[in-house]
Formats: sequence, C-alpha cells, structure tokens
Amino acid sequence: MVTDDAGQGGTAAGRDNKTGHQGGAGHSMVQLITPAGERVSHPEYDPWLKDVSDEQLCSLYEDLVVIRRIDKEATALQRQGELGLWPPLLGQEASQVGSVRALRDDDFIFPSYRENGVAYCRGVDLADILRVWRGAASGGWDPYTVNMAIPQIVIGAQTLHATGYAMGIQNDGADSAAIVYFGDGATSEGDVNEAMVFAASFQVPLVFFCQNNHWAISEPVRVQSHTQLVDRGTGFGIPSMRVDGNDVLAVMAATRVALDRARRGGGPTFIEAVTYRMGPHTTADDPTRYRDANELEDWAAKDPIGRVHALLDRKGLFTEEFETGVRTKADAVARELRAGCIGMPDPEPLDVFKHVYSTPNSWLDRQQDHYSRYLATFGDPEVATQEEGAR
Amino acid sequence: MTQMTFARAINSGLRRSLDNDPKVVLMGEDIGALGGVFRVTDGLQKDFGKHRVVDTPLAESGIVGTAVGLAYRGYRPVVEIQFDGFVYPAFDQIVSQVAKMHYRSRGTVKMPITIRIPFGGGIGSPEHHSESPEAYFAHTAGLRVVTPASPQDAHTMIQQAISCDDPVVFFEPKRRYHDKGEVDESLDPNSAPPMGRASVVTDGSDVTLVAYGPLVKTARDAATAAADEGVSVEVIDLRSLAPVDFATVEASVRKTGRLVITHEAGQSNGLGAEVAASITERCFYHLEAAPVRVTGFDVPYPYSKVEMHHLPNLDRILDGVDRALGRPNSLSGLEG
Repeated sequence: MVTDDAGQGGTAAGRDNKTGHQGGAGHSMVQLITPAGERVSHPEYDPWLKDVSDEQLCSLYEDLVVIRRIDKEATALQRQGELGLWPPLLGQEASQVGSVRALRDDDFIFPSYRENGVAYCRGVDLADILRVWRGAASGGWDPYTVNMAIPQIVIGAQTLHATGYAMGIQNDGADSAAIVYFGDGATSEGDVNEAMVFAASFQVPLVFFCQNNHWAISEPVRVQSHTQLVDRGTGFGIPSMRVDGNDVLAVMAATRVALDRARRGGGPTFIEAVTYRMGPHTTADDPTRYRDANELEDWAAKDPIGRVHALLDRKGLFTEEFETGVRTKADAVARELRAGCIGMPDPEPLDVFKHVYSTPNSWLDRQQDHYSRYLATFGDPEVATQEEGAR
Repeated sequence: MTQMTFARAINSGLRRSLDNDPKVVLMGEDIGALGGVFRVTDGLQKDFGKHRVVDTPLAESGIVGTAVGLAYRGYRPVVEIQFDGFVYPAFDQIVSQVAKMHYRSRGTVKMPITIRIPFGGGIGSPEHHSESPEAYFAHTAGLRVVTPASPQDAHTMIQQAISCDDPVVFFEPKRRYHDKGEVDESLDPNSAPPMGRASVVTDGSDVTLVAYGPLVKTARDAATAAADEGVSVEVIDLRSLAPVDFATVEASVRKTGRLVITHEAGQSNGLGAEVAASITERCFYHLEAAPVRVTGFDVPYPYSKVEMHHLPNLDRILDGVDRALGRPNSLSGLEG
C-alpha cells in the first residue's frame, strides 16, 4: 500500500497545523502494515520480505517490546539519579529495529545519540549503552566488536564519517555497506549536505537513514524544510524513499533495497522514515511547552508496536504463551540493564588523562604527574574534588 | 643528498608514504591533475591513482569528516586544506571529531590523520590566504601541531606525521615553498629526530631566540646580523607547537638567561605567550630579563601593501633582542 500523508490514518489536522505538511504530496509513503495491523501487499517491496517468516515476525515484535522496555527503564534510572541524562526513543522503535535488522554483521553503523534500540539489536552490552549517559565515559563500547560507531552528539557530524567509511569499503573492494542514522533537524546541517555531495560524487555504498520524528527539541520539522525531507536526497541525485517509520516491515524492506543497491555498486540511498518522537527530546526536556496533546494522540493511534501486535493477532500468533514470553524477556533485559548501570565501576581519578593521545605527550604527562602529586596530599582523592574545598 | 625546493621535499615525503603504506590516501581540492595550487602533490595522482589521491568536492568539513570515516576503516588520510584561511569550515570536524575520537572511544578508534595547511603571509595575496591559525589547534587537546622550517625537515616530518597514530596538523610555511635546500631522501624517518623535538639551529650564548615555520629563516638571518654587532644569539626552531619541547628551550635559556620569541600570528594568547609563561615557570631564576615577544599584531591579516608592517622582519627581531639585552631599543624609556 502506498499512501500520502493524509492516508496515514488518524486525524491529520492537528499534525499538519503543528508539524507541517511539507511540500504537498511529493513522494508517496510506503506502508506494509496499517495502523490497524493489516498486512497490505506491495509488488515492489514484498519480494524483499519473502524470507520473513511468522517466527521472524514474532522476533521483530519481541525486539520492539524489549527496546521500549529498555527505554522505560533507562528513563526511570535517570529519574532516580543513576543517569545524568537519557534520550528516549519512544515511538521510533520500528524505524530502528526494521533498519538494523536488515544489516549484515560486516556492515558498519554510524548512529546519532538516540539509536539505543539499534545498539541493543546490534548486540551492544547493556551496561555499555548506558555508560555515556551515566557519565562514566564519553563513548560506551569498542566500535569494532559490533561494527557500530560510538554515539554522536554533534548533530549530523557522523554522516561524513559514514561517507568516508563507505569510501574505504569501496577502496577495499568489499561488498559491505555503511548506514548512518540522523534526524529531521540534522538535514539542515552543512555536514549532512556535504555528506550527500561526497556520497553521490563517489557513489559510495551508504544508506542515509533519516528518522523524521517531526521534532528537533522544540522545533517542528517545517522549520527545517519547506519540502519533504526525502526531496533533499533526490536533490543530490541520490535515489530516495519515503517509508512509514512506524511500520517495521516497510522500514526493513526499504533498508534492504538500499543495501542491495549499495552492495551492487549502485551508490547511496536516502530513506526518510516518517515516525514520531512520542517522548521528550531528552529527560531534561518538557514537550508540553511546545506541542499539542492532540498531536500525541494522533500518533499514538499509529503506534509501531500496536500494529504488529494486531497483525500477529490476525495471524493467530499472539498467544498468551507468546505474550508472556516476550514480557519475561523484556523484564529480564530491564533487570540486567539496571544491574549493569548500578554495578558499573566508577572511573579512577587519573582516567581523566587517559586516551587523549595514543602516543606519549610531554605536556599532558607533566600535568598528570603534577596532579598525581597534588592528589597524594589528600588521604581520599574524592575529598580533593569538593567544590567548597577541604581546607 | 639532493638539492630541492621545500615543496618538492614534501612531495617526495608524500610519495614515500604512499609507496610504503597502502592505507595512506591523499584528499583535497585540486590535488590531482593540477598537483595542488602550490604543486605539492604534483604527479602523485598520475602515479597512485584517483582512489589514493582524491580530488574532493569543495567542502572543507566534508574533506576532514570523510577522513575521519576513512580512519575508522583503518586508513591513514592526509588531507590538504588549500589555504590557512579556509580551514575554519572544517573546525568542528577537527576539534570535535578528529581531536576527540581516541578519547571518546576509550582508545579503541585511532585517528592517524594528517591535516596539511599552507600557512603564513608575505606572498602578496588577497585576504584569507596568509593567516597563522596555529594557536587554535595547539590549544586543542588531542591534536599534535608541527611545522617544518627546512626542506629536510619537511621531507622527514611529513612522513613522521603520517605514520603517527595521533592526528597531526601539519603547517607548511608557504612563503618558503620555493626555498631550496639539501635533502637526504634516503633518511629513515624513524632514525631522524622525532617531529616533537625542537632543534637548536644556530648556537649562541647571549640570547635565546625561539622561532618556527617561516620565521626560522628570518631568525637565523637576525642571528647573523647580531653577530656582526657582537651579540651571540642562539636560535631554536620549535618544529612542534603542540606539545612544545620545553626541555630544549629551557636548556638554552638556562645558558643565555634571555628569551625572545617570534611568530607571524597575533601576539595575544599566541604561542609566544605559552613559551614565555612555561619557560618563566621552569627557570625563572635563570632569567636576566622578562621574555620578549616579537609578533604580528592583533589584527585581521592585513592587505598586502601593509603586510610587511605586520610581519616580524630582521630589524624588528633585532629590536626585540636589544630589549632582552637591555640595550637601547625602540621602547627605551617606556615603562611596562
């Protein structure tokens, strides 16, 4: 099924008023599961889902639910003072699960800071997902063990890294690909535009995966763009698709199309996954200051999990046993996440100097030496960091 | 030994790096068929191909940002920023990405990127072509900043920069590109003095004169002129601006008791301030006079008809030497 915005279901009025209905109909939006859970056929995209069995559909559902549970637990950890900050991905589960599960292990992911669902599916250790948000490191994991870069907070900067990485894949003659995640706000950044210039010029194996969640903190997407975001890809001569980002199958099919093109030497693809940030930008944000509750209701009706639930129901797969199994798994992951967070060892005082350089540095070595001597004058190094001082 | 220009010496060093390591790739604007606007990469694309010597779109952040991605993939990118004044669009990628990635990734991702920047003035160019932005980068944790002053150093230091696992901002004194010198191309960069070490280029006993990049030649000429007046000036070429090899400067100042620092960049918060402060901290009781800075002014780089008033030359450096020695000078009679 191909729909335009008005056909997405729900009442469009509130959404159009607040978040804009950019550039008219433009690209149609690919949707394979309706919000009511109806699987609609699509001659172009169905072939890319031939191997998605009932069992895999159940497993996709499990990932969606587990990720939502992770998000909820992390938000609670922040409220309890265990995390400094957390960027919820509530509402974007299908965009993240559908895309990451289309990848091969040797494909390389460049995330922003909100791709914690992607990180979970990629096999990143749960405690490592929280490391940055607990303030215990600036990057949580070794990118090479999971082929996923550490989170990027500078908006859009990672699109260039992904492009360069893909240039490397091309030079190596490999058939893997890179994928880069970014949001609607990022498409205004110079780096994202430069990345599309480079990627198109060199025809590198890269998927630009834009989650249009309609809000860049308090700014609606219409402030970022007068046209549909997908048109930005087209403008650079990059084949571009617009998919229902709350539809895990549509996202997976589109990502597979893009990856196949990349592997065959067909260059980059731009995917606009139309989704919605149901929560705040981060736990420090208050969306009630800038958006209507009506809008939230419209999008709640298009929930990415609810529609897979309905689809499984229609297929007779959503048994009590299945539901219990998924809930048990989600709770177990949440417990492990919490334990990993609270049990994470604090960094040592002198870790502040660690890894700035990979080779000795006379300036820093001297500063570290002097600071070590200073610390040694205190019995307890923590006393040395009290703002009001100990003397 | 071969006579060659400064630019040719870098070209030869780049060629050796490309030859020795298949992961070395060159990226920049006009570096392919044209060989770069200063011809530093002349002939390299022809010999190594378009995938190793890449003509990029005109986007400096894009050049540096894609280099980060290549480094992530295990490459050693060498990027050329065409002129000093054009590096600022790439500032975020250099400061927030290149410089911090090793720290942010807890040492798992190395950034062996060399960022070549022709810098400095004295070539009669229009605005944005003659700047000295080295202090911005020297102030940034995670970067190494170096600048060669002779063809031999240019040849070895570019190879050392490329093989360094940390990112290096490599400033090339553009007004010396055509200066010639003897270069031993067979010199193993691993056995040459490391790029982090300063070099005493003229021995002396009365005053220590610290310079780098384009002003090393001027400083040496000043030392020759001073010798005619009976003043013995020891000239140190810093070579590395971050970190500065203070041990070498300190040893000299302990001997001479007087310190003059010169650079083209504006004075305030410049490299001279760091050298003066650090040397004062390290050997205050060996100093016979306050350190003296002879630098460009705190102005946007001026138009070419007045640029020679901005740039320290031989006489201004000698005037600084006179101040350090307490001899009659342009500021005699002024307090503070």
